[in-house]
Amino acid sequence: MTEPEAILRMTGIRKEFPGVVALDDVDFRMFPGEVHALMGENGAGKSTLIKTLTGVHGIDAGTIELGGSAVSFAGPPEAQRAGVSTVYQEVNLCPNLSVAENIFIGREPRRFGRIHWAGMRRRAEVLLGALDLRLDVSAGLGSQSIAVQQMVAIARALDVSARVLVLDEPTSSLDAGEVEQLLKVLRSLREDGMAILFVSHFIDQVFAIADRMTVLRNGKLVGEYRTSDITPVELVTRMIGKELEVLDDLEESAHDRSDLAAAPVFLQADGLSRKGAVAPFSLEIRQGEVVGLAGLLGSGRTELARLLFGADHSDSGTLTVDGAVVPMRTPRAGMDHRIAFSPEDRKTEGLVGELTVRENIVLALQAARGWSRPLSRKRQDELAARYVAALDIRPTSPETLVRNLSGGNQQKVLLARWLITEPRLLILDEPTRGIDIGAKTEIQRLVAKLSGDGMAVLFISAELEEVLRLSHRVTVLRDRKVVAQLDNESLTADEIMSIIAEGSSA
Amino acid sequence: MTGHRLFWPIAALVALLLVDLAVKPSFFSVELRDGHLYGSLVDILRLGAPLILVGIGMTLVVATRGIDLSVGSVVAISGALACLHLSGLGDQNSVGGTLVAVAMALGLCLALGAWNGFLVAVLGIQPIIATLILMVAGRGIAQLITDGQIITITSGPFRAIGSGYLLTLPLSILIALVVFVLTSVLVRRSALGLLIEAVGGNPEASRLSGLRSGRLIWLVYVFGGLCAGVAGLMISANTSGADANHAGLWIELDAILALTIGGTQLTGGRFSLGGTVIGALLIQTLTTTVYTLGIPDTATLLVKAMVVLLVCLVQSPAFRAKVRRRRKSPPPAPADRPVKVEVSA
Ligand SMILES: Nc1ncnc2c1ncn2[C@@H]1O[C@H](COP(=O)(O)OP(=O)(O)OP(=O)(O)O)[C@@H](O)[C@H]1O
Ligand SMILES: [Mg+2]
Repeated sequence: MTEPEAILRMTGIRKEFPGVVALDDVDFRMFPGEVHALMGENGAGKSTLIKTLTGVHGIDAGTIELGGSAVSFAGPPEAQRAGVSTVYQEVNLCPNLSVAENIFIGREPRRFGRIHWAGMRRRAEVLLGALDLRLDVSAGLGSQSIAVQQMVAIARALDVSARVLVLDEPTSSLDAGEVEQLLKVLRSLREDGMAILFVSHFIDQVFAIADRMTVLRNGKLVGEYRTSDITPVELVTRMIGKELEVLDDLEESAHDRSDLAAAPVFLQADGLSRKGAVAPFSLEIRQGEVVGLAGLLGSGRTELARLLFGADHSDSGTLTVDGAVVPMRTPRAGMDHRIAFSPEDRKTEGLVGELTVRENIVLALQAARGWSRPLSRKRQDELAARYVAALDIRPTSPETLVRNLSGGNQQKVLLARWLITEPRLLILDEPTRGIDIGAKTEIQRLVAKLSGDGMAVLFISAELEEVLRLSHRVTVLRDRKVVAQLDNESLTADEIMSIIAEGSSA
Repeated sequence: MTGHRLFWPIAALVALLLVDLAVKPSFFSVELRDGHLYGSLVDILRLGAPLILVGIGMTLVVATRGIDLSVGSVVAISGALACLHLSGLGDQNSVGGTLVAVAMALGLCLALGAWNGFLVAVLGIQPIIATLILMVAGRGIAQLITDGQIITITSGPFRAIGSGYLLTLPLSILIALVVFVLTSVLVRRSALGLLIEAVGGNPEASRLSGLRSGRLIWLVYVFGGLCAGVAGLMISANTSGADANHAGLWIELDAILALTIGGTQLTGGRFSLGGTVIGALLIQTLTTTVYTLGIPDTATLLVKAMVVLLVCLVQSPAFRAKVRRRRKSPPPAPADRPVKVEVSA
C-alpha cells in the first residue's frame, strides 16, 4: 500500500538537558488527515519532542522536515507562521487579559487599522461555541477554571489555518462531555486534511480518536503502530515496558464502609457558602472516609474544597472540626487543623518552579514549623528521598528544579508536599491530572491505604470512574449547588451523569 | 566552569583589576602604616562598604518580588539625624552621646522600613509605588532635619564608623563583613531563605502552603531600612557631616544593579547575597578604574554604563543562546527555510 507523503517527518532527534537525555534518536512522522497519538509514561519525552518541533528547544542532532523541506524554527511564533499550531501542556495564556483577547492575542482582527473589539468578541464566541462552551468572552481569563483555560488555549490554536495541530494533554482537566465535544471537533478537522498530534494519558480517548500512534519510553522510540493493529493492553505494555497490574483488589475494599459509620466525624460544614462560588451546603467527612466530589466544569467542586481549607473564606455557615466550631479564614488555619489541600492548577497555585524538588516537598511542613525551626538538611533529604521513591518521581535527584520536571512528575511533587505533613484530612483537587496510568494506579492505591489508616480524604476528579473507584460517598454538584450525596455501594457513572444532567436531588 | 552563576561577574571584576594594574603597577600593593592597611584595594573595599550594605538589604527585598526605592533617602535621613544630635552635644567626642546618636538614627530607619513594609504587606500597594513615596518624601525629611544646611561634625567616635581602624582593617569593611556573614548565616541556617525564595517564586502557591508571607515581606523591608541606616551612618562619618541633598543619591539604583549582576533576578525567588557583594565590588572597582584611567568626568557615566551592559549581556541566557546557536551550526541552507504558508487571519 502506498502512503501519501508525510507532512511532518522528524528523524534521529536527540535532545539533552544537563544530566538527562530527554530524547535519543527518535523518529516521528505525521500524515495529512490523521490523528497521531504520542504515547509514553511521565517523563518519556513527549512534551520535549513537541517543543523541539516548535523551536522552544533546539535539537542536538536530527532533522525536521515540514511539507518536504527541512525546517528549524527559532521559536513558537515562527512555527505557527509555518502552519504548526500548538497547545502546550502547561497552559500559557495571560490571566490578566480577557478570554477573547487571549484567543486573538498577536493577531487581533482589525478594522481601519484599529482593533475591532466587537468583531473579536463575536469570533471568540463562535470559536468557543464550536467547543460547546458558552461564557462571557470579555471576562478575565484568570478568574476561569483551569478547564476553561484549557479550552481557550485549544480555541486559540484552532483559529489559525494550520496544517499541523499539536495538542499536548488537552483533555487532562476536561470532563467527559467536553472531551466528546473536542474529539468531535478533531474529527472534523481531520476530514479537512489536517494532521493532528494528540497526547493523552487516557487510553480510551486515544483509541477513540487516533489513527496511528508512536510510543516513547525513557526518551527512546519504542515503535509506531496503527491503532487497528494494537490492543490497549499491548499499548500499555509497550509504554511501561512490562505488564500493568490491575486494580481489582482496590475496588473490593474501597466501598466497604461498615466500620465507617462508627468512625468519628472529623469535619462538618453547615450551610457554608461563598457568594458567586458555591451556594450554602452541608457536608460531613468521617475519619478514614473518602468523599468524592462529582460535577461538571464550573459546578463549584474546587470552590467548595477551597472553603474547607480556608483558601477562600466563607460568607455564611459554620465549619466544625472535631466537634468544635472553628473559623477558617486562611490556609494557615486549615493547616493548623491538619487539613491539606493540593490545588488543581499546579503551575500557578501549587509549585515554585525555580526551587528544587526537595525544597518544594518540604515547603508546607516548613511553613507550619515557622522559619525559626528549620528542618535539618539531613531530614529534608530523607523526606525527599522517601517520597521520590514512593511516588516514583523522575529524574530521581531531589535537587532537580521542579520546572524542569515533566508535567506528571510535577504533580507527584505536589502530592508529596502534602503527604509529609501527615494531614488528617487530605483534599485532592484533580490529583491525577496529567499522570500516566501506571502512576495513577499507584496514587489511587495510596489514597485507599491512607484512608484505611484513618485519614479522611476529599477527592475531586473530572474522571467519574476514578471518583467511584475510591469514594465511600459521592457528593454531586451542579450549578454551584450540592444536589445529591450518595452512598457508594454500587453507584455507576451513568447514574451520576443523569443526576448531574437532571439536577434532581436524590 | 563558565556555568557557575558567579563566573562572569567575578571574571569582570578580575579583568577590571588587571586593567588597573596595567595602568598603575602599584595598584595591588598594600602597605601597613601605623598598624593600618593602606592601598587601592583596601580603598575599594572601604568605599564599597555602604553599597554592599544597601545591596544586601535590597537583595532580600527583591527576592520577595519587591523593590525598595527609598533606601537612598533613608541613607540621607540616617546621617542627618545622627549629625543633628551630635552637633547639639556639648562634647562631641563623648562615646555615650555618639551611641545615642547612632541608636536614634537606626531606630528611625527601622521605623521607616516598617512603614514601607506596612504599605506593601498590609495595604498591598505595589512595592515600586509604595517605596517611591518615601524616596521622594524622605529627601524632604532629611532636608528638614538638617534645615537645608550641611551639618558638619567633629565627633571622633562617630567618624570612626567611616574611617576608623580595627585589627589593621578599616572599620567600615569589618561592619560590612559582619553584616554579610550574619545575614548569610541567619538566612541559610534558619528556614528564612527558603521561605523568602518561595514567596518570591510563587506567592499564591506559598500562601496555599500555609506561609505567612505578610510577616516575611514586612521583615525584609525593615531589614532593608536598617541596612540603609548603617550605610548612611558610614557615609556621613566618612565625610564628617550630613549632606541631605547628596548623601546616598542614586544608591538604590547601584544596589539594584549590584544584585542583578550578582545573579538575583528582579522577578523574585532565588537570591545570592555573595553575588550581590561581588556586584557591589564590581561597581566600586569600576568607579575607581575610571579615575585611575583618568577618563574625563564627562565620560565617566557612559563608560560605567557600557561595562555594566556588557556584564549583563554575557549573563543573559537569551543572548548566550543566540551566540551559541550562531557559533555551533550554521543552519543547513538558506533555501531550506520554511515554505511560506497562507495564514488567513
Ligand atoms: N527544561 C528542561 N531542563 C531539564 N530537563 C528537562 C527539561 N524539560 C524536560 N526535561 C526532562 O526531560 C524528560 C522528558 O520530559 P517531558 O516533559 O518531555 O516528558 P513527558 O513525556 O511530556 O511527560 P508527562 O507525561 O509527565 O508530561 C524528563 O526527564 C524531564 O525531567
Ligand atoms: Mg508532557
